[in-house]
Amino acid sequence: MWKPPTVIANTTRGRTTEETRRQYMSEHEISVTVNGERHELAVEPRTLLVTALRDELGYTGANVGCETGRCGTCTVAVNGETIKSCTRLAVQTDGAEIETVEGLADDGDLTPLQESFQEHHGLQCGYCTPGMLLSADALLATNDDPTREEIREAIEGNLCRCTGYQNIVDAIEATADRLGERR
Amino acid sequence: MYMDDFEYYRADSVENALELLADHDGAELIAGAHGLLPRMKTGDESPSALVDIGQLSGLDAIEARDGERDGDPGGISIGALATHTEIAESETVREHATALADAAAELGDPQVRNGGTIGGNLAHGDARSDPPAPLLALDGSLEVRSPDGERTIAATDLFEGPFETAVADDEIVTAVRVPTDADAVSGYHKRRDPLSGYAMVGVGVWLRTDGETIEAARVAVTGATTNPARLPAAEDELEGSAVSEETITEASAQAGTTLSDEAFVSDVQASAEYREHLLSIDTERTLYEVLEVDR
Repeated sequence: MWKPPTVIANTTRGRTTEETRRQYMSEHEISVTVNGERHELAVEPRTLLVTALRDELGYTGANVGCETGRCGTCTVAVNGETIKSCTRLAVQTDGAEIETVEGLADDGDLTPLQESFQEHHGLQCGYCTPGMLLSADALLATNDDPTREEIREAIEGNLCRCTGYQNIVDAIEATADRLGERR
Repeated sequence: MYMDDFEYYRADSVENALELLADHDGAELIAGAHGLLPRMKTGDESPSALVDIGQLSGLDAIEARDGERDGDPGGISIGALATHTEIAESETVREHATALADAAAELGDPQVRNGGTIGGNLAHGDARSDPPAPLLALDGSLEVRSPDGERTIAATDLFEGPFETAVADDEIVTAVRVPTDADAVSGYHKRRDPLSGYAMVGVGVWLRTDGETIEAARVAVTGATTNPARLPAAEDELEGSAVSEETITEASAQAGTTLSDEAFVSDVQASAEYREHLLSIDTERTLYEVLEVDR
């Protein structure tokens, strides 16, 4: 039977996490609240927020894409503002409230935005989706009736390599319409 | 993508940050992390230590100050830790320093605007970035603090070369200051580099006018040149001229004439010659927008 290969997470230039920890004594104890749950962890200063979220805390919703602050698939909200978590050091977020895509669905129940992405085929490979959802969520929190142009501006910092923008904009627009009907 | 290791210190006050900078050779400041961190990833910079001022309170206030008093120059004060989003959304900046609000709204994308700060942006000295042109056009300045005290750096003295500014290693930018003038209008126009999102050409304009004649003018460029710069030939053409299509055409044609050929950036996106050509076109567009002249 096929078994997945054993992956040693968070290796640094061939060293395992523990070896790296021994090498660098300047680890910092930090505490972050992710999707309402408080975590204490030790990070090297150079650990990016996205790396800490994924490899230390298991929030793999934030993806690593370009790692240069362009693609936006690592988007998370820090203290209520969406940022690219590859362009923030984990140690800088000590004490912060962080929201990742895992925090959107309530106990497995998708939000209207997530349902709309499903309904309107707002994802193809899905790699950009976590960032798209968080950017769209931030838009709808402040603008409940955005134009298509405003939607496009809101997801300007999120690249979809499948180029599925049309359906993503449709999905966000339909969510706003649906939320409007409920009012 | 792992950077070289460094030490990390979080400052709890400006004084504390100054001490930490002084105590650690090769230390750099970090706040929004949008200037330094990308350059650390590529290995262009590898500071031995980072002093984090991102959490300092009170350094993000945006306020209009009453006229000169107690040594304060008046005008607008924007705390160094104000994010581009905060500046883009500030009614005070929109009303009194429109060019700066325009630039903040055009910079990067929503997440980058939420993350990056104005103090870090200007101290970093990236000549492709948007805020330098409006800062020059608005005749703004930076307030900085060092262990020796406070000083003001005029925008015209700030930009010394690629990633080089007059902000010294032991200094912290605390605020951006912009003088206000009820009879002045300003604006910023950006031609976005489709690859990087930075300004391929960015033009900032400030004009004082009675509606018929342009009494005073400042024009500045970012992105097209290796160093953000004022454009004195265009300014001379504008000053004392009538608010008209002809004035705009004449001034725009002069835009790049005081800059040497070497001053223009030449890269895969556009040659220096083409950038100079675009500078005239974009100066023209900015002037039409700011003066609200129909064409």
